[in-house]
Amino acid sequence: MAEEIKANVTLNLEGLMCPMPVVRISKAIKDVVVGEVIEATATDPGVLIDIPAWARTTGNEVIKIEREGKIVHFFVRRLK
Amino acid sequence: MVKEKGNGTTIIVMSGDMDKAIAAFNIAVGAAAADKETNMFFTFWGIKAIQKGNFTGKSLFGRMIGLLNRGGISRIGPSRFNMFGLGRWMFKVMMKNKNIPSLEELRQTALDLGVKLWPCQMSLEVMEIKADDLIEGVQDSCGVAAMLEMSDRSKQTLFI
Repeated sequence: MAEEIKANVTLNLEGLMCPMPVVRISKAIKDVVVGEVIEATATDPGVLIDIPAWARTTGNEVIKIEREGKIVHFFVRRLK
Repeated sequence: MVKEKGNGTTIIVMSGDMDKAIAAFNIAVGAAAADKETNMFFTFWGIKAIQKGNFTGKSLFGRMIGLLNRGGISRIGPSRFNMFGLGRWMFKVMMKNKNIPSLEELRQTALDLGVKLWPCQMSLEVMEIKADDLIEGVQDSCGVAAMLEMSDRSKQTLFI
C-alpha cells in the first residue's frame, strides 16, 4: 500500500452472504459522520461488484476494494 | 440520509414459492439498504409469506385452503423439486450450510430496514384470512389503487 487509508470504523463481514454485506454497510454508514471511512473485510466474492454498485446508488465513495486471497478488503467513505 | 422521492422500489409478490419469495425479499432488502422507499404488496399465494401460520378460513372451501396452505413462511416450498417437503428441507439445509439468510431472516431484515409489507385486501377476502392471521408489523390491507400509487413513486416495479 502506497498510502495508508485511515478508517474510523472497522467491520468484519466475513461469512456473510448476499444481501447481508450491503445491509451491514448501509447500517454502519449511518453511524459515521460525512467524510468518515469504514473499513471492512468480507468473504462473499459478490461484494466486489455489489459494494461499488451500492455506493453509486447511495452516493457514497468506495476508496479502495481489492481481493486478498479469499478475503475482499474495502474502504467506503460516507459522502452524504 | 433522506429517501429521495420517486426513487423507490415496489415489489408485487404473487408467488407462494420459496425460491421466488427469497428473490423478492432479497431485492427488497437490497433496495432498502440502498435507502430506497421499499414497498412489498402481497397478493394471492404471496400472502403466505406474511401469515403467522395458524389455521385459517371460515367456510368449507376457506378451511380447505387454510389446511392446504398452512404453516406460514417456514412451510413455503420451492417451485421445483419440492417433493412433498423434502426439497424444501434440502434447500434449507444447503442454504444454512452456506450461511445464506433464511426466508424468516430476510423477512425480519426487511422489516428492520423499514420495508413496508402490504397485504392485498381482496386476497385476504377470497382466502378467508383475517388481519389477525398475519404477522406483526404488516401494514393495513389495501388494494390496487394503493399498489399503483406506490409504483408511481418507484423507479422499479417488480412482479414476482
